Amino acid sequence: MSAGTARRVRPVLLGLAVLVALGVLLELAVGAAPLDLPHAVACLFAPDAGCDPGDRYILTALRLPRALGAVVVGAGLAVAGCAMQGLFRNPLADPSLVGISSGAALGAGLAIALDRLLPVLPGGFTQPVLAFAGGLAATWVVHALARVRGQTSVVGLLLAGIAVSALAGSAIGLLGYLADDRQLRDLSLWLLGGLGGLTRDVVLILVPLVTLAGVLLWRRARDLDALLLGEAEAFHLGVDVERLRRRVIAEVALAVGVCVAFTGIIGFVGLVVPHLLRGLVGPRHRVLVPAAALGGAALMLFADAAARTILAPAELPVGILTSLLGAPVFLALLSRVRATELS
Amino acid sequence: MPAPTVLRSLVLAVALAPACAVPGDSPAPAAQAAEVTAPQRIVTLGNSITEAVFALGAGDRVVGVDLSSLYPDAAAALPRVGYYRQFSAEGVLGLRPDLVLASSEAGPAAALEQVRGAGVRLELVPAGENLDAARGNITAVAAALGRPEAAAEVLAALAADLAEADRLRARVTSRPRVLFVYARGPGRLLVAGRDTTGAELVRLAAAENAGDALTGMKPWSAEAVVAAAPDVVVLPTRGLESLGGVPGLLALPGLAETPAGRAQRVVAIDDLKLLGFGPRIGQGVRELLVSLHPELGEGAAP
Repeated sequence: MSAGTARRVRPVLLGLAVLVALGVLLELAVGAAPLDLPHAVACLFAPDAGCDPGDRYILTALRLPRALGAVVVGAGLAVAGCAMQGLFRNPLADPSLVGISSGAALGAGLAIALDRLLPVLPGGFTQPVLAFAGGLAATWVVHALARVRGQTSVVGLLLAGIAVSALAGSAIGLLGYLADDRQLRDLSLWLLGGLGGLTRDVVLILVPLVTLAGVLLWRRARDLDALLLGEAEAFHLGVDVERLRRRVIAEVALAVGVCVAFTGIIGFVGLVVPHLLRGLVGPRHRVLVPAAALGGAALMLFADAAARTILAPAELPVGILTSLLGAPVFLALLSRVRATELS
Repeated sequence: MPAPTVLRSLVLAVALAPACAVPGDSPAPAAQAAEVTAPQRIVTLGNSITEAVFALGAGDRVVGVDLSSLYPDAAAALPRVGYYRQFSAEGVLGLRPDLVLASSEAGPAAALEQVRGAGVRLELVPAGENLDAARGNITAVAAALGRPEAAAEVLAALAADLAEADRLRARVTSRPRVLFVYARGPGRLLVAGRDTTGAELVRLAAAENAGDALTGMKPWSAEAVVAAAPDVVVLPTRGLESLGGVPGLLALPGLAETPAGRAQRVVAIDDLKLLGFGPRIGQGVRELLVSLHPELGEGAAP
């Protein structure tokens, strides 16, 4: 880490934390229901002060869980992306590389296409459970395929990930082809991702699981730093690379799997946020992981606030917005990198 | 390391999930102190429900609809809360409804739960694609509106249309083989097999479903279409538009080799009128009978 980035760490983290706080306030203050910020704050903190019960319900049962959910999902996706980029030693890596997203999509697709055959779990949890299982199963298959004589390699993981994703993709295509119009529409909406499903109960599930995975990933910071030097170098620094890989993949699968299960595919957060912040705070994971968590949370909060208001009273799937924002930022980054390489 | 960590995390997740999933008992604020008999602000989720509310004369009290509610024009002009399978709870609640009338297929479940949790009256109307469901829809909507007596008039109009359809059916002498096609562009074509809305409509129109060799909606295949040998192709107007009209349809592989293709017999139907099995289904069936059976000729009602 250069002296320049070291000096920048504190203000960047502080700035990101302020952004998250602003994002939470924004998420509480905007929406289809006419309920502005002063009113919202009054309702939350002084419930007796003439607050309409309907308004309070919208705040406490709809907007507040959703804001917390957005923080957790954004942070989880960004931290997972950060860990994948460290693991693959490639700034273009993201969790979808090891099949989590496509496996989860296949699980969700099965739940949608077979909705008349599958048992209905309470709270409409059939689809999230299948999506979560699909994501974990696909990741496990990728890891198993990439393993040769007890050893995995980056190339092996990449190839297995591509193959499993392609397989899951074609299975989803088949399901979509056989689905009726209603199911097809459900499937495409799921693939676009949205935070509409983040109810209080769901957030109660998300918070501990994603926090657990995030903290475990943060604890791999030193090992991931060592890995940046190269696999052999990391080994000589005392890192069991094989074990690190297995653990990071498992933790990423948990974080992303549980988020995706409830929100659908939300693209580009895991790719762009760590990439962007690495330029600001440097590549050391001890700092980069929390920075990515804050950045991911902030991005998700602002994107969701926009998604909830642009088409109000309808909602835009937030996955469209994150990709819409993420892709140009990503292109700008790429062109800047190329410019510095050329100069 | 024998035990794969992936597996361990999975076990951990499964073990933790139920512990965290303890549902907090949602305090339902009593938005309606007394039982409201005549709702004043209604949100409808589902096209046939919206149509029923308007047919029952309560259209002026509808404050929001879902994306599928395109008829009547007054409904299409109202705020849209999203597709009825993916509506936004806050979008609905923000309209301050005192009644949400939703198809039993509306969702997601979480959004329905949130509407209920807000203390707003939520009535689910059983969805179904047959005449009984159409009648049940009208009765259920009228009851939810607190005006069960209003259903009689609409049901009578429906019964009159269906009686007229029966009279037409009695005069029918031909029994054309009908291929019911569902289209959203040339790349996405489905034909109606057994146990589909399309097959039910074809049956009601005293015709034979050419797709009966299949079950459910199945992707178009040139060979299957040739083998089905339809005399007429029936499809929703918007589907026909997505194919580029009749010439686009006739250019589809296989169709030229069928009686329908050679005679260029294509019937476009109003999908809102027919596919949703709403209050206008009787009218739709009458029209379909006339267009499928030329022998009914001028004597038939328009």
